[in-house]
Amino acid sequence: MLTWLRKTVPGLGALALAGALLGGGAEAADTIKVGILHSLSGTMAISETTLKDVMLMLIDEQNKKGGVLGKKLEPVVVDPASNWPLFAEKARDLISNQKVAVVFGCWTSVSRKSVLPVFKELDSILFYPVQYEGEESERNVFYTGAAPNQQAIPAVDYLMKEEKVKRWVLAGTDYVYPRTTNKILEAYLKAKGVAPDDIMINYTPFGHSDWQTIVSDIKKFGSAGKKTAVVSTINGDANVPFYKELGNQGIKATDIPVVAFSVGEEELAGIDTKPLVGHLAAWNYFESVKSPENTKFIKEWHDFTTNPKRVTNDPMEAHFIGFNMWVKAVEKAGTTDADKVIDVLPGTKAPNLTGGMSEMLPNHHITKPVLIGEIKGDGQFDVVSKTGMVPGDAWSKYLEGSKDLIGDWKDKKCGNYNVKTNKCGGTS
Amino acid sequence: MRVCKLTALLLLVLCLCGGFIPKAHAQSLDDALAGFTTDDYSDTDKAITDLAASGNPRAADIIGALQEGRLYFNGDAKKVYIKDKSGALQEAATGAGATGISADDLQPVRLNNRLRRTVDAAIGGLTLLSKDPGKRFDAAQSVFKSREESALPTLEAAIAQESDPRIKRALNEARAAILASKADVAENVRVGAIDTIRGRGDQDALGLLSGIAASSEGPVRNAAQAGMSAIRAKIALWNNLQNVWYGLSLGSVLLLAAIGLAITFGVMGIINMAHGEMVMIGAYTTFVVQEYIRSHNPALFGMSLFIAIPLAFVVTGMIGIAIERSIIRFLYGRPLETLLATFGLSLILQQAVRTIFGANNREVGAPAFMSGTFDFGGLAITYGRMWIIVFAIIVFIALQLVLRLTPFGLRMRAVTQNRRMASAMGIDTNRIDALAFGLGSGIAGMAGVALSQIDNVSPNLGQSYIIDSFMVVVFGGVGNLWGTLVAAMTLGVANKFLEPFAGAVLGKIVLLIFIILFIQKRPRGLFALKGRAVEA
Repeated sequence: MLTWLRKTVPGLGALALAGALLGGGAEAADTIKVGILHSLSGTMAISETTLKDVMLMLIDEQNKKGGVLGKKLEPVVVDPASNWPLFAEKARDLISNQKVAVVFGCWTSVSRKSVLPVFKELDSILFYPVQYEGEESERNVFYTGAAPNQQAIPAVDYLMKEEKVKRWVLAGTDYVYPRTTNKILEAYLKAKGVAPDDIMINYTPFGHSDWQTIVSDIKKFGSAGKKTAVVSTINGDANVPFYKELGNQGIKATDIPVVAFSVGEEELAGIDTKPLVGHLAAWNYFESVKSPENTKFIKEWHDFTTNPKRVTNDPMEAHFIGFNMWVKAVEKAGTTDADKVIDVLPGTKAPNLTGGMSEMLPNHHITKPVLIGEIKGDGQFDVVSKTGMVPGDAWSKYLEGSKDLIGDWKDKKCGNYNVKTNKCGGTS
Repeated sequence: MRVCKLTALLLLVLCLCGGFIPKAHAQSLDDALAGFTTDDYSDTDKAITDLAASGNPRAADIIGALQEGRLYFNGDAKKVYIKDKSGALQEAATGAGATGISADDLQPVRLNNRLRRTVDAAIGGLTLLSKDPGKRFDAAQSVFKSREESALPTLEAAIAQESDPRIKRALNEARAAILASKADVAENVRVGAIDTIRGRGDQDALGLLSGIAASSEGPVRNAAQAGMSAIRAKIALWNNLQNVWYGLSLGSVLLLAAIGLAITFGVMGIINMAHGEMVMIGAYTTFVVQEYIRSHNPALFGMSLFIAIPLAFVVTGMIGIAIERSIIRFLYGRPLETLLATFGLSLILQQAVRTIFGANNREVGAPAFMSGTFDFGGLAITYGRMWIIVFAIIVFIALQLVLRLTPFGLRMRAVTQNRRMASAMGIDTNRIDALAFGLGSGIAGMAGVALSQIDNVSPNLGQSYIIDSFMVVVFGGVGNLWGTLVAAMTLGVANKFLEPFAGAVLGKIVLLIFIILFIQKRPRGLFALKGRAVEA
């Protein structure tokens, strides 16, 4: 019995594999495959699972409208399990074996950096939907999330103007996004005449849960007779204990407001937001925005997930914009061929959910409005400020090394073109 | 700051006007209320200040409702309504019950931070003479913060009739805050006021004084600077105490997380990487208990943690026994395989919880006795943290009693000291192994109930504690519960003293290096077990 099993199982496996390959081959003729590269297990599953769901919904909607170029779209979902090297392996699998036309995926910067060489080598397209630290413009990547000038800088401007903040705490988790963003913010604040003594920078490890000392330090820093605010790039899970501790130590938004760049509807779903009312977040989209597009999107989302309580958030909107841009570009190019689509994408416009039109720029970032929201008692945000369309900067104007660089894949065909020396910095 | 002064000025002017034309009350109330119906922040701002200045007896109720988010308006009819605590609507202008209006046509009056400050200041001015002592105290505090000059006459009246010494002091401090920051008051009055503020001696007072020192000259500035250094000295002293308290609090969390491991790893010698997941399952048990209570018997919510503690112990204890019987008992004496098997198990448990409950954080509420703070001298002590320290100590004592005084404890100690001899004496070592592992897991589950109050209830909860737990057990000395206690508290306090200087990241690194060096010197930890069983 056992030997029989041993002999047969690999055989069965091979048969199944052959069947799958054959089936895949037969199907590829009349569908366009769309890769979805988001972690469904491990630490990042908390954020990325939703993005997989929203992509499935968008593809489903598009298929109901007749697909693209007369073909149905077929989602290919893989699980890179919050494991950075696995992201690269799965990306290779999607492009080489599954022959997907485009990939929507990644959340952390490290996962994006990990898949980058694969996308360059195999010449495919990645849509990256999360706000990030900037300082990058790659031919194969389209950044639909916010660059620092589309989130951090307008948020600081708002605090300066509306709350008359004079003293700043830049608190973040210790990794590349907060470090780069804080470097840009520090340079920006100093350029605005803030004294170095009035800036406190603090980093904490991932998943930090004991915030007592840091919160009481912030309280101390805030009692120097000048209006103080916290700019938080604290990531993911560490936010909940941070906000709980703020509430415990009685720091109200009217005393020391906290503006966060990584806290959205999804993160607030796990906490009692009553003590947080008035703290701020800066994004390009809030679920509470009233626009016909958003109402429709939320309804579709609730119908698709059959859960009327599922919230929507900013990276979901980024996928919505990115997906529609890709569909338009493919239709314009008349093919899903990566090179042609990459050429057509800059200049493509697609509606965002806040009632405007976003445009893909030559540096592969998009234009979006910046919204500042105050946390409400029900875990949603009340939009207190909205800017016009802000074009995303691939390279920050406030950092020494990058202020002369631009990304331009339309005319210059270069991701880091130096406008002073008129030379391409040499894309690696 | 500028907004405050502007509002103050506006208030003052309006106050004067209001004082001269008392008949205009009804008129000004309606005018003021109209400002709430435009959904525009600056109109709302003006409406609040107008209302506060109108002197109308309804003002306090209306602004109070606004503060609590119970003020609604109908933009078409230009009417404002208050939703009372039972959910019924009243006309804001008269307080009479509103009829023929449905909540669907109403929008809440929105606030932003600037308006919230205006509201707080207005409420402060309006409730200084309230009958409720708690409200009077809060009013004094908010006047201290807003330094609303127009509140001065009311403040004087309130001070004159106040009998409660605590509130009287708060009122005096509020008055001093206004006087000290007014530039046109006589110097000696300002200096006197600064002395009163100095007596308050907390962060708010320090903030106020440094503001005054920066914007004044001569004796006022000197007095403010002297006051600042006095307060700083006092705060520095309390800071050390605060560090100790925070350290004990962190230590109690470490102790709770590690004490179950002290049994499974310390006493039984099993490297159990799935220990953190037992903590996580305990936290999810709390979540399930709270969900059940919410939907079936909300009145019991205050007791939810007391129900969750034994339940978490039983659930995780049973899982622990099942793990021991099905996996670990085949791996005794093979530490590497145990490590790998339990690590795999931890991943399976995490993903199982993620599949059942979803990847998102789950909200575990804090019962009333766990939320809020109280002041102890210059320390603000949060009830949640305090009860966790108490709970950790109770668990520790209970565990010691179980090990020292019960027959099970005796057998367990016998088995760990000399397995073959214990077996020869008729002890069923298999059974004891299973029960001991269950006990360790059960305690981890109870720790999960406590941790659900301060950390995220997510599938990753356990991961963040497993390394710290091993660190505590190894540092304290394997096989010694007292060592675990001392190690947890030492690491907690050391961490909290390092953090202000070195930062959270570097502080942790320094601590790890210290432990590495310490283990080099004393491989058996702080409290090494002695005897032949260990030497063998």
